[in-house]
Amino acid sequence: MNQLRRLLPIGAAMALVLGACTSEPAASDPAASDPASENAETGTVTIYSGRSEELVGPLLADFTDATGIEVDARYGDTAEMANLILTEGENSPADVFFAQDAGALGAVAEQGLLAPLPEEILGAVDERFKSPAGEWVGVSGRARVVVYNTDTLSETDLPDSIFGFTDPAWSGRIGWAPTNGSFQSFVTALREIEGEDRAREWLEGIQANEPSVYEGNNPALDAVIAGEVDVAFINHYYLMQRLVEDPDAAAANYFLTDGDPGALVNVAGAGILNTAENDEAAREFVEFLLSEQAQEYFATETKEYPLIEGVEPDAEMPPLGEIGTPEIDLSDLSDLEGTLELLQEVGIL
Amino acid sequence: METLAPPPALARSSTSRPAPPAWLVGAGLLVALLGLLPIAYLIIVAGSSDGALGLLLRDRTIGVLGRTLLLAATVTTASVLIGVPIAWVTTRTDLPGRRAWTILSILPLVVPSYVGGYAIVAAFGPRGALQSLLEPLGVTRLPELYGFPGAALVLTLFSFPYVVLSVRGALLRLDPAYEEVSRSLGRGPWRTFWSVTLPQLRPAITAGALLVALYALADFGAVSLLQFDSFTRAIYVQYRASFDPTLAAVLALMLVACTAGVLLAESRLRGRARYHGSGGGARRSVTVVRLGAWRWPALAFCLIVVGLSVVVPIGTITFWLLRGLAAGEALGLVLVAALNSVVASGLAAMLAVLASIPVAVLAVRHRGLLSSVVERATYAGFALPGIVIGLAFVFLAARFLPAIYQTLPLLLVAYLVRFAPEAVGITRASLLQVSPRVEEVARTLGRRPGAVLREVTLPIIRPGLAAGGALVFLTAMKELPTTILLAPTGFDTLAVRIWSATSEGFFARAAAPALLMVLVAAISLSLVLRQERIR
Repeated sequence: MNQLRRLLPIGAAMALVLGACTSEPAASDPAASDPASENAETGTVTIYSGRSEELVGPLLADFTDATGIEVDARYGDTAEMANLILTEGENSPADVFFAQDAGALGAVAEQGLLAPLPEEILGAVDERFKSPAGEWVGVSGRARVVVYNTDTLSETDLPDSIFGFTDPAWSGRIGWAPTNGSFQSFVTALREIEGEDRAREWLEGIQANEPSVYEGNNPALDAVIAGEVDVAFINHYYLMQRLVEDPDAAAANYFLTDGDPGALVNVAGAGILNTAENDEAAREFVEFLLSEQAQEYFATETKEYPLIEGVEPDAEMPPLGEIGTPEIDLSDLSDLEGTLELLQEVGIL
Repeated sequence: METLAPPPALARSSTSRPAPPAWLVGAGLLVALLGLLPIAYLIIVAGSSDGALGLLLRDRTIGVLGRTLLLAATVTTASVLIGVPIAWVTTRTDLPGRRAWTILSILPLVVPSYVGGYAIVAAFGPRGALQSLLEPLGVTRLPELYGFPGAALVLTLFSFPYVVLSVRGALLRLDPAYEEVSRSLGRGPWRTFWSVTLPQLRPAITAGALLVALYALADFGAVSLLQFDSFTRAIYVQYRASFDPTLAAVLALMLVACTAGVLLAESRLRGRARYHGSGGGARRSVTVVRLGAWRWPALAFCLIVVGLSVVVPIGTITFWLLRGLAAGEALGLVLVAALNSVVASGLAAMLAVLASIPVAVLAVRHRGLLSSVVERATYAGFALPGIVIGLAFVFLAARFLPAIYQTLPLLLVAYLVRFAPEAVGITRASLLQVSPRVEEVARTLGRRPGAVLREVTLPIIRPGLAAGGALVFLTAMKELPTTILLAPTGFDTLAVRIWSATSEGFFARAAAPALLMVLVAAISLSLVLRQERIR
């Protein structure tokens, strides 16, 4: 007990000191930061990042190097960060929401928490990849693919359309992750492009083939590599990342073509909160994400599709034009409610 | 009044019970109120929903709820069946390597369920490592792991240490006199265990089992990886897919109702008997049971359990590390994250132990409506998914206490709400084994109640306090959702690092923080065990 009593004041003191340390940067004078910077408006921008530090940490450091603006980044799952902002509401300390998918940005925009972006930012990106009211903008693209096990299948065994997988021949061979945001965006696109009935038909067809349900894209990819299932519906870059760590992984990406909904291109994007304290720095950050430097980073480091003219994707990925992504605006994919209802009616969620 | 009639010598305790001192009641109430905050938040949010009743009564929701309760019951039973024997052989027998087995059998607590689940799937999935070993024998697929069996297996493997930790404390404090009397009256060791030892362990077993049951109700990582549609997963789907906090709140309140049910069941099970001897704090060391030939099955049992719950996850992590290094990945050092983890979990452990004292003293020494409400209220936080606790404190602090929002003290309060029950259960079980006469003697010698608590009671139950602190330390270290939502911006912990890497498939980069976390856990456990000074 004596030990406990001795430790107690130490613990309390530590808590106080740490508390003080962590609140200090916010309280300190913004003028005190790097005087070498050429920008007039330095300071700190607070970013809620739904993209992991492993993926975008170096990019945020590049931003500080380029502008002298310090970054306070809070990393987490995109959906959790969206819920965090929705729960904080008007009191959110965040300036920027940097999200892994458009659905989460849409959910925050719908509550009126995002401010319209300036035209010079919105103008850099194709209509399809931003919100019509200009509240968020896509900064990198990720394609839906069918990843398949190369020991059991070759590309010629795969159907031309995502509807081909409803064939009973695929029974017990499919993996998917229906709670995943990208998957749900794909289903919304399916409803938009093919109509409600065809979308239901597809879901019921796949469901009849008794797919294995995975928690996310990586477990689904694991299952394909292990041969637990032959194919899985995921995003393209998971395999590319895996091949870096495990070059012998027996899997390959299959891109559907001719505007098939199975080749939907989703985006990671960003929006500025309308309660942002430092909206000037926030704007600079979003601008930076669409700069050549950042777009090159997405192309080479995260293996995503750059979204501005003049920056080419990784050589191993077919160019966006070649895969012929479906003609659909991501902002048309806002009817997530309808998709969730459909998934629940079919008994998938 | 007595459901289990204890020997008269044990039962006759203070007849005229003094009212609890005001500071004790105040401290207990404070802890209880903190525990109830998340429920208040849920009621506020759920109150603004429409059509909630439809969701509540949907067949599917009821079905999911039923299956989740079945899962919790299965996991709890299995954990008791694994945990009690392990606690006994590692404290009361001459099993070789007792101290090592003790640490190894508690270590699984620090394995995050998303890592443990991953490892079990990698090893025993339909086409996992075991299958590839059996491939030459013509086994192309192992029987289905996904669903109920896998979820029950993984949850059991990573939560049975709750029972071990709580029961071993009770075994160490047990007054050996009763067992000796039983033996001298001619009962064999086996019958003595069943008729004398086991009944005295009842509060400790139920305390551990309660934690296992509530953990199984609230876990998300394991059930989602093992593809079991549990109630907590349904809550996460509401948050993640439809960004709808109101429906999630309605579901979470149903989970609270289930918790109330579990607590009620536990209070029936725990009985009302007292378990203390008539003597004071002076301990004699117990006789060691010689296992003889039984040591081999005992060793095999420990080996299987530890193999599945420690070796498989660490093996998987090591495999990630080696595979990544072979492919040229750099090994990231994570010392800052490690320090943050240790500081935050260490402070949380101290807070939780402190908070458990008034709650347990009220519950044991001043039984009544108030004290049982206070004790049960502290359990609310443990059965709720982390995301609910996190958002509750986000909601309250961002609105009403912006000065402490996203600071370490607030994170610690949230940890306290999540993990206090872990300490409360063990402290309560320890206190039950202390005779109130010891305290009465101190009172008659002129000590005030506060001084009696400090100078007499707490020193006697110190091993229990240490065990409770260790529990909180280990589980706070692997905590993820609350940390992500509430930690000071930029405050990195090992658990956050591991998750951040695995979620994007950077398994090699997850390996170093994961191994470091296990190492820190093992070191701190061996320090705690040294305190107990077992032989």
